[in-house]
Amino acid sequence: MATAQTEIKVTPEIAAEHGVTRDEYARIQKILGRDPNITELGIFSVMWSEHCSYKSSKVHLKRLPTRGKVVVQGPGENAGVVDIGDGLVAAFKIESHNHPSYVEPFQGATTGVGGILRDIFTMGARPIAVLDSLRFGEIVAGKETSEEDAAKNRRILDGVIRGIAHYGNCFGVPTVGGEVAFEPCYSQNPLVNALALGIARKEDIFLAKAKGLGNPVIYVGAKTGRDGIHGASLLASAEFTEQSQQKRPNVQVGDPFTEKLLLEACLEAMKTGAIVAIQDMGAAGLTCSTCEMASRGGTGIEIDLAKVPQRETGMSPYEIMLSESQERMLLVAEKGREHEVLDVFKKWGLDSTVVGEVTTGGLLVVKDHGKVVAQIPAHPLAEEGPVYNRPIANRAPRAESDKGWFKFAPEKTDLTANFKRLLASPTVASKRWITEQYDTSVRTNTLAGPGASDAAVVRIKESEKNGVLRALALSTDGNGRWCFLNPKVGAMHAVAEAARNVAASGARPIAATNCLNFASPEKPEVMWQFSQSIDGIGEACTALATPITGGNVSFYNETLGKSIDPTPVIGILGILDDASKVLKIAFRNEGDIIVLLNGANSSGAGPHPTLPSARQREFSSSEYSKTIAGLVAGEPPAIELGAEKWLIDCLVALAAAGTIESAHDLSDGGAAVALAESCFASVPAELARPALGATVTIPENASAEYALFGESGARAIVSVSTTKLAALRATARQYGVGAHEIGKVTRDNSLRIEYKGHTVVQSDVSALRDVWANSLERIIVGK
Amino acid sequence: MKFGVVVFPGSNCDHDAFHAVGHVLQKPVEFIWHQSEDLHNSDAVILPGGFSYGDYLRTGAIARFSPVMNSISKFAKDGGLVLGVCNGFQILLEAGLLPGAMMRNSGLRFICRHVHIRVEDTNSPFTNVAQKGQILKLPIAHSDGNYNCDEDTLAALEKNHQVLFRYTTPDGKDDNAGNPNGSMNNIAGICNRERNVAGLMPHPERAVESALNSEDGLVILRSMVEALVGTARATA
Repeated sequence: MATAQTEIKVTPEIAAEHGVTRDEYARIQKILGRDPNITELGIFSVMWSEHCSYKSSKVHLKRLPTRGKVVVQGPGENAGVVDIGDGLVAAFKIESHNHPSYVEPFQGATTGVGGILRDIFTMGARPIAVLDSLRFGEIVAGKETSEEDAAKNRRILDGVIRGIAHYGNCFGVPTVGGEVAFEPCYSQNPLVNALALGIARKEDIFLAKAKGLGNPVIYVGAKTGRDGIHGASLLASAEFTEQSQQKRPNVQVGDPFTEKLLLEACLEAMKTGAIVAIQDMGAAGLTCSTCEMASRGGTGIEIDLAKVPQRETGMSPYEIMLSESQERMLLVAEKGREHEVLDVFKKWGLDSTVVGEVTTGGLLVVKDHGKVVAQIPAHPLAEEGPVYNRPIANRAPRAESDKGWFKFAPEKTDLTANFKRLLASPTVASKRWITEQYDTSVRTNTLAGPGASDAAVVRIKESEKNGVLRALALSTDGNGRWCFLNPKVGAMHAVAEAARNVAASGARPIAATNCLNFASPEKPEVMWQFSQSIDGIGEACTALATPITGGNVSFYNETLGKSIDPTPVIGILGILDDASKVLKIAFRNEGDIIVLLNGANSSGAGPHPTLPSARQREFSSSEYSKTIAGLVAGEPPAIELGAEKWLIDCLVALAAAGTIESAHDLSDGGAAVALAESCFASVPAELARPALGATVTIPENASAEYALFGESGARAIVSVSTTKLAALRATARQYGVGAHEIGKVTRDNSLRIEYKGHTVVQSDVSALRDVWANSLERIIVGK
Repeated sequence: MKFGVVVFPGSNCDHDAFHAVGHVLQKPVEFIWHQSEDLHNSDAVILPGGFSYGDYLRTGAIARFSPVMNSISKFAKDGGLVLGVCNGFQILLEAGLLPGAMMRNSGLRFICRHVHIRVEDTNSPFTNVAQKGQILKLPIAHSDGNYNCDEDTLAALEKNHQVLFRYTTPDGKDDNAGNPNGSMNNIAGICNRERNVAGLMPHPERAVESALNSEDGLVILRSMVEALVGTARATA
């Protein structure tokens, strides 16, 4: 066989520039039985990049629980699929687009959303919701952040938000939730993790397995250009250096209108029954979609690049195969029925052409005007990339904080001023300014949008039976700071918090997806963090019965040697059997009783440390400690998965029985923040009426700050009418959950928190809400 | 009676309008593909929200050249009911079926939240079921909702009671605080002189069930139904 002569001869230097190591190069030679030409080298370099091949993470990912009763499709396809009853399935996944979002925030974020949407509808599921988990450097100058850096982070945030809004809004899917957090470590490595959810009938789910000798391979969607080349292998699989700016051409450019057309055309074409397999072209574009579909199907694929629609002239085979131009899909149709498929795409005004066919022999053969320019066995390319068991270093003992641990304020100290500072801090403050830029209600399924409930909740119209609809709930959560202090415990908390958030909306958690954001895997300490996080995720997902159905690993999140905190982000999906039973965080009625539910029960046994010094050590890891004392140290709160499970089950039961008026779990800023947020949400800000208030006495046998702002898990604040209090107590008892009545909802626009007989927080709710609701806008817009 | 919901490439709220009319109001409704000149015997046509043609050039600028717009023009001239919501309103403006133009929101950002609009005139097939001065809570979701027109047009609109809906504060005050996008005279929705074609930026089809935080959108849709029933009675 003769391969076409190419201009560039492959040398060890060129291979190295492609990120291919000497060992990997030897592997390539072995697979091909010869040296690769430049096009083949390019193909291997993207498929075996960290981003595409998971070569550093595979050995660890194996330890994750991926099986369960409801799992229809686990990791390995374009998205995970779970059974949600009555013949319906949900496809969902979270993915990262971190590096491009630093280089070009708008396009990086926008194409991140575009990419995850395609992963969903390529399975045959119509996307119905998007969530975004975002992390930026500090946006207010401080000890670790100069004004110049803060301004830069604000610009990145602004670009990312506009990018997400641009894509989701135009595509027509509501962006219904997510999280935004700020830590110095993300300054030059922002994290943009996008989650998408779609619905389909079980029998309509499509997989990406090329089958059927002679079946036509069809390219549909946008034309191919030079954008995004090496986006996967160079941008996402390497850390940033001084030359980062030059990576701009590697950032992909998105067009949500074209994707909307692609969505409608694909769903319509799928209904014809003429499509055998379909996969979107994301990272590594044509290369990835061809070899993966062939590999999964146990077949080969042959294509001719002359047939690929191109929007630039003079593109080389290398460029065409590596292009990451967006909004393109590759599909396999039944021979003889091509026209049924092509007609649909024509109707929607999209390019669609037969570019090749399915073959036997397992080879990916790429031709250009009839001449072979690349020929690679598909399965080894897709599945037999290098697998590394990178060295792990047991962590060096963490230096004790040289300032000591957080020092609690003396008894009777008024904490109102500190509380206001906490409420104004970007991580805790309302994200209203951000989320009002997203269309949160298109498709009229949103029962709980950003800030309304602890999870985003969307109803499923197709599930209607006897006037009752089901709904799905989603939450994305992570805590880089806690994972930095203790990766395994921090990761367990991420899972527990996401599941708790879902349960606080009334939904039963059923499955999970994960986005693992870490620094360089070539650093033993980072691999240790990764391995520990996997252990934590595995243990928590098993205990909470939420198998991992798919996700994404993002390594190399570091710049000039400075790493991000290890930041696994977990997305958890839950089912609400009766959409009308959705729970929200807002207090609803004057006179309702406020109850603190504690999965660790009330005895004080369980994860709460009892020694004062142990409490200081734990509290040093809190948001309050960071914001008020500038201290990040110590250990995250101990986690007890049993307690988390009981609280989750209890909340789900309370929702189903309609016992409680509201529910809000405790997380950043502890009980005080949860109480305040439940007050704030009680009346929309634009109405002239003041919000409901609360008068509470926090139970605890420690200092006031620990009681009000401590972040130990397995807790939620609920409100209940006096007539249903007994039922609440009975349910809590049944699940072994402690239920402390701590106060009442009031109508006097006042939040008063007492502790050990003293008033430690006293403020007008409207004053607190003003600080909390407008902080981000004031910081970013300067208004 | 039958409603038709037009679908342009890029329309997103077509499904929502279909659901509101067909499922909530339980009236016959069909989709009308933009390439079709056939309005399927619709008695009322809804141009839904979304991003037809990706908002390329200007919002609604390209959609107004779709074949279906020829039929809709004729349908409107013959007195048929046409309601444009959000992008649909923008398309009607570009097509000249309503006067004026939409500009970028004064805040220069996309904004999605609930607003309050006041019904200014009940003498129209879109507001006949409402009380004059009634406040409706509806969601908006747009980047280009800043209604503008020249002085003469504005004067004529006001004089002829063609302003059907105006942004207000939640308690009905004419305060800029209630105007989310800078629209002239706080205009949220208008109709033509003949009062059979209307457009508004807020989304009534997203406010038709209590689960969605407001049912006020039903006022507008029910008015259209009422008008059609009235027409049917009159021609019976």
